[in-house]
Amino acid sequence: MSARVSIQAGDFDVAQELAALRATDGRIGAVCSFIGTVRDRSDGAAVSTMELEHYPGMTEKAIEAMIDDAHTRFDIYGARVVHRVGLLRPTDQIVLVAVTSAHRGQSFQACEFLMDYLKTQAPFWKKEQTPQGAQWVDARVSDDAALARWGITSANR
Amino acid sequence: MKVNVKYFASIREALGRGGELLETKAATVGALRDELIARGGPHASSLARGKAVRAALDQVMSNEDAALAEGCEVAFFPPVTGG
Repeated sequence: MSARVSIQAGDFDVAQELAALRATDGRIGAVCSFIGTVRDRSDGAAVSTMELEHYPGMTEKAIEAMIDDAHTRFDIYGARVVHRVGLLRPTDQIVLVAVTSAHRGQSFQACEFLMDYLKTQAPFWKKEQTPQGAQWVDARVSDDAALARWGITSANR
Repeated sequence: MKVNVKYFASIREALGRGGELLETKAATVGALRDELIARGGPHASSLARGKAVRAALDQVMSNEDAALAEGCEVAFFPPVTGG
């Protein structure tokens, strides 16, 4: 089985990732993916670059555990998460979450579940460079609310 | 006991270091945080009670009641903002 989680500085090729995820598994009838990208605005301020920090070791373990959880909650066949770290620029890809299942419902839901989980429980931190200087991105209450929909109440902020 | 403490993001920047090896009498994650706050200076301000600080014990998100063990790894960091 190929790796389910990759944390990397380099970019990723979505088509290649999706092809690899569904290759050789004839049971799959649905592939759902989410791609997060760098915005050029943050609360009205222009963002020139974004630096992503993570906790090596824990990040991979945390996301592996989230994928295990997704497999117990949803009828899915495979999942893949790629998350970039280091220096990124507006329009760059940050994260890919992709899930496969027999029919679309389960992979749509599992994809959203994994993203909601990752946003509040995976140890990553964003720092934006703006004309006013560098600033750490604040966590959003709405992200905790999104995770709570799945019955998980582990507040991030 | 000896613990390996790690700091990330804004807390790492405020302390000017990514971690330290400590000898502590603290029995829990919360007690260790209080011990660090008691040092004063940037430790007191960046880990202050009332600030949003999260913790992990041996690389798993933890609450402050979690019990420390010899050689464990404790991390303190602000709310996470990935994705």
